[in-house]
Amino acid sequence: MISVVWAIVFILLAPIAGGLIAGIDRKITARMQGRYGPPILQPFYDVGKLFEKEHIVVNETQIFYVICYFVFMVFTGALFFSGADLLLTIFALTLAQIFLVLGAYATYSPYSHVGAERELIQIMAYEPMVILAAVGMYMVTKSFNVSDIAASSLPVVLFIPGIFLGFLYVLTIKLRKSPFDISTSHHAHQEIVKGITTEFSGPSLGLIEITHWYETVFLLGFVYLFFGWNPVLAIIAVAVIYLFEILIDNTNARVKWQLAMKSSWAVAAIVGVVNLGALYYFVGV
Amino acid sequence: MQIVQLILFLILFPLVTAVFMLFVGKDVERRWIVKLSALVIGVVLVYLLITGFNKGTLFFDIGGEPIGLLMFAIELAIAAFILYMGVRYKNYLVVGLIILQTLIMVAFEAMFTGKVEVSSNLFVDQFSIIMALIIGIIGSLICVYAIGYMRHFHEHHTGIPDKRNQFFFILFAFIAAMFGLVFSNNIIWMYFFWEITTLCSFLLIGYTKTKEATKNAFTALWMNLLGGVAFSIAILYLATLGGGVLGLDQLLASGKAVALIPAALIGFAGLTKAAQLPFSSWLVGAMVAPTPVSALLHSSTMVKAGVYIIVRLAPIYQASATGYALALVGATTFLLASGIAVSQTNAKRVLAYSTIANLGLIVACAGIGTYEAIWAAILLIIFHAISKSLLFMSVGTAEHHILSRDIENMHGLINRMPRVAAMMVIGIAGMFLAPFGMLISKWVAIRAFIDASFGFIFVIILAFGSAITVFFWAKWMGKIISGTPDSENIEGKVDRSEWIALVSIAGLSIITTFIFPLISTFLVKPFLIRNYGYTTQISQYNITIMIMMLVLIVVLPLSVLLPHRKHRHAAIYMGGVTTNANLQFTGALGIKRQVELSNYYLESMFGEKKLKTLGIYLCTGIIAIMFIAIVAGRVIS
Amino acid sequence: MAYLKKSPWIIHYDASSCNGCDIEILACLTPMYDVERFGIINTGNPKHADIFVVTGSVNEQNREVILNIYNQMPSPKAVVAVGICATSGGVFRECYNVMGGIDPILPVDVYVPGCAARPESIIDGIVTAWGILEEKRKTMKPAADLTFPERPGIDIAPAGGAQ
Repeated sequence: MISVVWAIVFILLAPIAGGLIAGIDRKITARMQGRYGPPILQPFYDVGKLFEKEHIVVNETQIFYVICYFVFMVFTGALFFSGADLLLTIFALTLAQIFLVLGAYATYSPYSHVGAERELIQIMAYEPMVILAAVGMYMVTKSFNVSDIAASSLPVVLFIPGIFLGFLYVLTIKLRKSPFDISTSHHAHQEIVKGITTEFSGPSLGLIEITHWYETVFLLGFVYLFFGWNPVLAIIAVAVIYLFEILIDNTNARVKWQLAMKSSWAVAAIVGVVNLGALYYFVGV
Repeated sequence: MQIVQLILFLILFPLVTAVFMLFVGKDVERRWIVKLSALVIGVVLVYLLITGFNKGTLFFDIGGEPIGLLMFAIELAIAAFILYMGVRYKNYLVVGLIILQTLIMVAFEAMFTGKVEVSSNLFVDQFSIIMALIIGIIGSLICVYAIGYMRHFHEHHTGIPDKRNQFFFILFAFIAAMFGLVFSNNIIWMYFFWEITTLCSFLLIGYTKTKEATKNAFTALWMNLLGGVAFSIAILYLATLGGGVLGLDQLLASGKAVALIPAALIGFAGLTKAAQLPFSSWLVGAMVAPTPVSALLHSSTMVKAGVYIIVRLAPIYQASATGYALALVGATTFLLASGIAVSQTNAKRVLAYSTIANLGLIVACAGIGTYEAIWAAILLIIFHAISKSLLFMSVGTAEHHILSRDIENMHGLINRMPRVAAMMVIGIAGMFLAPFGMLISKWVAIRAFIDASFGFIFVIILAFGSAITVFFWAKWMGKIISGTPDSENIEGKVDRSEWIALVSIAGLSIITTFIFPLISTFLVKPFLIRNYGYTTQISQYNITIMIMMLVLIVVLPLSVLLPHRKHRHAAIYMGGVTTNANLQFTGALGIKRQVELSNYYLESMFGEKKLKTLGIYLCTGIIAIMFIAIVAGRVIS
Repeated sequence: MAYLKKSPWIIHYDASSCNGCDIEILACLTPMYDVERFGIINTGNPKHADIFVVTGSVNEQNREVILNIYNQMPSPKAVVAVGICATSGGVFRECYNVMGGIDPILPVDVYVPGCAARPESIIDGIVTAWGILEEKRKTMKPAADLTFPERPGIDIAPAGGAQ
């Protein structure tokens, strides 16, 4: 069942949810570090402030690319929550991110450029795993549609545990958390300044932040799909996993892109072959 | 007009044009003849489409003995020519292969002339119509493009002898041969047209007559001849089967037990023509030829002939070890060639490896052979031909003005050559971005693989290959759109014929993405139903989503035309160091330096030598096992 | 709504400081003083920053840099001079290579004297700065709302000082 209602709910509520999640993230991070940390609504204050700032550009086209990034990310999330085809959703996500990368390239600035290259390497690193996750879900539930997978009564994660772990591995990349936050990060300045977001200011930067919130909600939705058969369990699982990601974020240093990419690929290849192979052997096509 | 007359016209008319091209005196005559021919071919094709799309498969009993003998005579003449060239340039591999091939065909003619009956030599079905549309529309547009390109080419390369008459003759003869190939039901006729395309490729690659060009032309020749030898052995084998099974329809109807060996041999010929590993180096080497050659032969048509016959034989490959072996060769090629493309800086080499990779994907679909996979394969053929030819032509035009094929020299192309850069961006987007055709085809391919037995292996390979393609296309795109300040717009001097071709194919690329549901319903599905008995379709909802995305992508860029407030411009952040307008800054020790940004090429991971060697070993092994298994299976049973 | 007060991001630049003041600034970010409570983030990127925190005095080499960074900051922006060297040149004022504090170059909004300035003073200075930012934002408002092209003689985005 395709649900336009869910899509609209997503479009309206996801930034609020995403912002709150980001705020809680910072608060927990601060507590882990033995300090008080900012208020939970801080991300909203940040974005509000950014929209009050002057809009500086290096190149006029970068604004266009950021708007496209935002539009297509919202589209991706709306697609997902309306219950559409999971593969199409993943490809729409890639499209959205390419726009951000192009926006960074358009500025012809060294830090942006390196950030953009690294972002592309990130995409190359996690894309196989995400596609295999969708494929795994299909092999279990016999459907690519999010609505069918979410409504399925089969315990998806028990059929594809390897795929699930692999997905968690690359989730760290997607959420821009250490050790895989190689292209840009929410932490203090990194070795390439702000990487891909270096040359964006004011409203553009605010828009990128909001888009990241949409993306976070979408990704957590994807995690939910693994536990779709039991909604309560799923929500708890999503919360636990996000807390786990925060823990990993705070206990690991950033790695080099070579390690990020090779390890992601190794994980994807191994869980792909083993888990999908086992699934094929025992359950059939 | 009857359909058979349309088909004969399509095969013979380009030949007439070709002969005219031999006697052209001035460039303006050339322009008129080419444009007129392109128009005529286009009109005839549209007429064929309208009258033929719903007629199912039609067979025509045309020709017979005299045509067969004529073909044989021409084949002997071609063989003699190749023999002469091989001896003259001391390429004994070519000499050996052509002698072997000729002996086999002579043996066939001697033993079986008059004894094998093929009921219909020509036929047409929806797949032929699709291929014909690609050959005719894209092919003619490339010939139009070639007018401007070759004029520029000879103005700038005065050292190369101006043999444009012969060049265009070969181009049109090639188009005629391709039409013949896709309308042939008689396998010997297919072989004849096949060999003509090999010859055309050889002559066109060696057009510039430089040492490198000649060497690469011979590499292409021996690899394609190897395929030709396999093809001729298949014909001989087929002739020995009771009464001869030399019609494509007969072959497809004869069942797996009989058809597998010749299908494997013809499939091998397809692999060489489509430059799959281990036969990829000829396509990469062919990039030394002028760009129209690369666009026409080596991306949209001739190499499609290779995958065309593999797709035709797909019902035989379905659920067979041979099919899986071919599919594995294709998938491995897709993965490794995509990887190699990451490390290439030469734009044409990137396009070459990307072509090889996508052909590999089509071969993988055809080898799996289920109806879903064939659906994906046909869509891939269509969209790849359009996007790749667009890319080759844009690169060719850009190269003439920036005087370089290196991607590193294309930074800021959007400022220096805005419209050509826009075409290039459309071409690149068409290759890997949703909702454009290639991505939709890959989406279909994933679904097709996963429903096949052992399909998950192919899905894994496809997932990795697909991720790699995102990387190398996006970084090229980034290079093109990066905003370098104050670059001079050097676009004005682009030839009008090049514009016509570029704009037409860019438009075609967007239109076909919009209408692909129609193509699917009216052309592909009837074909699938006839050959497989049933078909599949994309849900209406998914089509709506794709249309929505397409509309967004087309409409959003129009927003740059809206009046908007100009924002304050700031310098790029360089740690506080000031750069001047030309992006120069004072570095350490007061030395003036230039900001230079280059892409990542990841040589250590995706080096050409490493991956190609790996691919050659792997795929040779798979092909060897495929043949051994067939022969062993035959010997045992 | 006034968000600048709740989320002032700083960019910290060491002009020619001995690092004493810099260490004190970084100390503000540690759990002991924890300025992230106020939403302050030390971003290393002028395009993301609101408050420019400078330590050390100005000489020939860093004069251009300070201007470059200041120009890349979007309005409204404030400058905080931390330490006596940034305020007036400190003990190095009479040196041949030192041009004094940073106020000949930039319009400074807050001076935080001290050698080295204590974290409490620095935090106090930043808090004063964000009050000034809020004032600047209010005066900037009409200009930011203009939607037609720049009129000659009128700066669309009046920054808080020299461009």
